[in-house]
Amino acid sequence: MVINFPYQGSDFEDCGDFVARYEASFLTQMFHSMLRIRRIEEAIESQYHQDQMKTPIHLVIGQEAASVGACSALKKSDILYCGHRTNGAYLAKGGDLKGMLSEFFCRKNGCVGSRGGSMHLLDKSVGMAGSSAIVAGAVPIATGAALSAQLRGDDYVSTVFLGDAATEEGVVWESLNFAALKKLPIVYFCENNFFSVCTPLEERQPLDTPIYKKAAAFGLHSVQVDGSNVLKVYEAVTSAVARARRGDGPSFIEVPVYRWRGHGGAGDDSASGYRDPAEVADWQKHCPVEGYAGFLQREGLLDSQQRAAMEQQISTEIAEAFQHAEQSENPTEEDLYSHVYCN
Amino acid sequence: MPWSEAFLESQQTHTTTQVVGRELSYTQALNEALSLAMALDPNVFVLGQGVDDPSTMFGVTKGLAEQFGSPRVFETPLSEEGLTGICTGAAMHGLRPVYCHNRPDFLLLAFNQIVNHASKIHYMDNGQNRVPMVIWSAIGRGWGSGAQHSQAIQGLLMSVPGLKIVMPSTPYDAKGLMLSAIADNNPVLIFEHRWLMKQQGVVPEGIYNVPIGKGIYRERGTDLSIIGTSHALALAQQALASLKEQGISADVVDLRTLKPLDHEIILESVKKTGRALIVDTGWAMGGVCAEIGCVIAENCPQILKAPIKRVGLPDLPTPAGHTLEQLYYPSEESMARAILELLNPIGME
Ligand SMILES: Cc1ncc(C[n+]2csc(CCOP(=O)(O)OP(=O)(O)O)c2C)c(N)n1
Repeated sequence: MVINFPYQGSDFEDCGDFVARYEASFLTQMFHSMLRIRRIEEAIESQYHQDQMKTPIHLVIGQEAASVGACSALKKSDILYCGHRTNGAYLAKGGDLKGMLSEFFCRKNGCVGSRGGSMHLLDKSVGMAGSSAIVAGAVPIATGAALSAQLRGDDYVSTVFLGDAATEEGVVWESLNFAALKKLPIVYFCENNFFSVCTPLEERQPLDTPIYKKAAAFGLHSVQVDGSNVLKVYEAVTSAVARARRGDGPSFIEVPVYRWRGHGGAGDDSASGYRDPAEVADWQKHCPVEGYAGFLQREGLLDSQQRAAMEQQISTEIAEAFQHAEQSENPTEEDLYSHVYCN
Repeated sequence: MPWSEAFLESQQTHTTTQVVGRELSYTQALNEALSLAMALDPNVFVLGQGVDDPSTMFGVTKGLAEQFGSPRVFETPLSEEGLTGICTGAAMHGLRPVYCHNRPDFLLLAFNQIVNHASKIHYMDNGQNRVPMVIWSAIGRGWGSGAQHSQAIQGLLMSVPGLKIVMPSTPYDAKGLMLSAIADNNPVLIFEHRWLMKQQGVVPEGIYNVPIGKGIYRERGTDLSIIGTSHALALAQQALASLKEQGISADVVDLRTLKPLDHEIILESVKKTGRALIVDTGWAMGGVCAEIGCVIAENCPQILKAPIKRVGLPDLPTPAGHTLEQLYYPSEESMARAILELLNPIGME
């Protein structure tokens, strides 16, 4: 049994004080958000083999606390970019589920009219500004959005989700340097799930220099927090956003997380040999969703009835959204040619 | 007033023949365009390595930092890909960047953002975002510019959907096309040529626009059509002048924009003359000349009195040394030879 990348957090043992600091409804809302993403991902996964969703999928099962913790710290008017692993960011930011599933089903009413597919989800109405399927490609774009906020005096903070492998792209460091130089209102949120497709971190980066320390060396306020703990993620991003809004410049937050499924597609692929299935099982003991549910239960904020009601409501919503996507129209040849140029 | 409305209000199209204005140098014309655009729209900003240093980008950005302040006119870190992405994001959120480079060669570092992102975002987002940005650079030549400081890369970019590519050749066009490019809601690449920047020309005051996507006749004639842009066309025009005594006359079509390509003017002229010499400052192979030649071949092969001829650069990197450079680039003489060959094709006399 080889566990290369063990969970290093403390579960929720040191989180008792959160209960006094936050409204109960806010704490349970974050749980609802995570549970909803988990169930949506499971639903996508379970139907994927039917080949009706003709799009690559990059599931965030195991990484829900990162998406939800980060987005809960953002206002609707704050903007978010992300990479190919879009589902968590899009949903946590408030992106429309029907628009997302229609996009997966390649429908005309998909969130980007079937031009982008799963790796290019956006919903501008809630600040989900865009994503790029080129690893790290959205990082400078999000930085430019922050420059725009600064030059135009807009109040929003820009945020971008990136993976550990994205930090191997030079453009990330170009962006960080510029953001630090101009004190831009931006938060770089790095989900380190230790793998770039099947290549582990130690084959790509020297492990004795953690990613967040590299960012610190570029002059950013930089921290690392447990990405499976929604509360810690929320607090880290909240303080980074506050810094940005105050004009104190950019922050970098590294959150170690673990993706339970393969890089792309349905199911866990660890039997293929690039990681030990025991490592997956070990992380599953620290499930971000159930771990938080346990915490809320212990604190008396969630009971089985409430949980059951949430499950019910979520499953109805999902069923409706799938039905909507399945029954929606395909684009036509005319749709192919629009929007090459903007008038 | 936001740019687009203000621009539309003041929009008028001049033709080069009846220009009223002062004599300005090419770089002054560009400088004036930037200054007017910045005064009109607070969302326009100018950045690049050298825009606020003593060189001021050959004078193109002279005085702008003093006039408009450093937040709107600033030096960049040497991060061409990063800054191109930053401009893209800024453009998606209300700004209108003008990103200046000394040389197109440096844009090769930014292809990821230009080709994978800026050019496609409007399409991929189903029209929900737009990227109004200008990327300006000046093609170099001579004095050892060599393989990495003289490249004319418009041919590499011409096939990328969503881009606009502008190649001005007079001070009048440089200003009018810059103003049009800044007002355009798409990424526009402007490729100047260093050897044209010494020109003086009559330039109207105030805002005017030269339409993107429309070519213009610089000369009218009967024997052949010379089609191209920028310095290559200027050279061909010199060659043509040297042949005037022999009674040769030509349509000289300055496309001014390579993308969208003005098929209409190309075909109109070639249908009239039946002969096409296509010239470009870039490599002939697989480039601008090849594309234009193909447009002609596909649309009016039966009209051609002689095979299409193209004059671009040979399929070689630019050598740095003086002697090799002379051999590498087309000259007035080689252009004249090309014209004569087109008029008397070997094997068709
Ligand atoms: C520039 C680029 N290179 C390679 C790829 C292929 N690719 C897609 S996702 C991926 C791994 C990215 O890993 P990371 O950034 O850590 O994000 P994660 O998938 O773990 O969420 C790779 C190599 C790509 N899309 N873009």
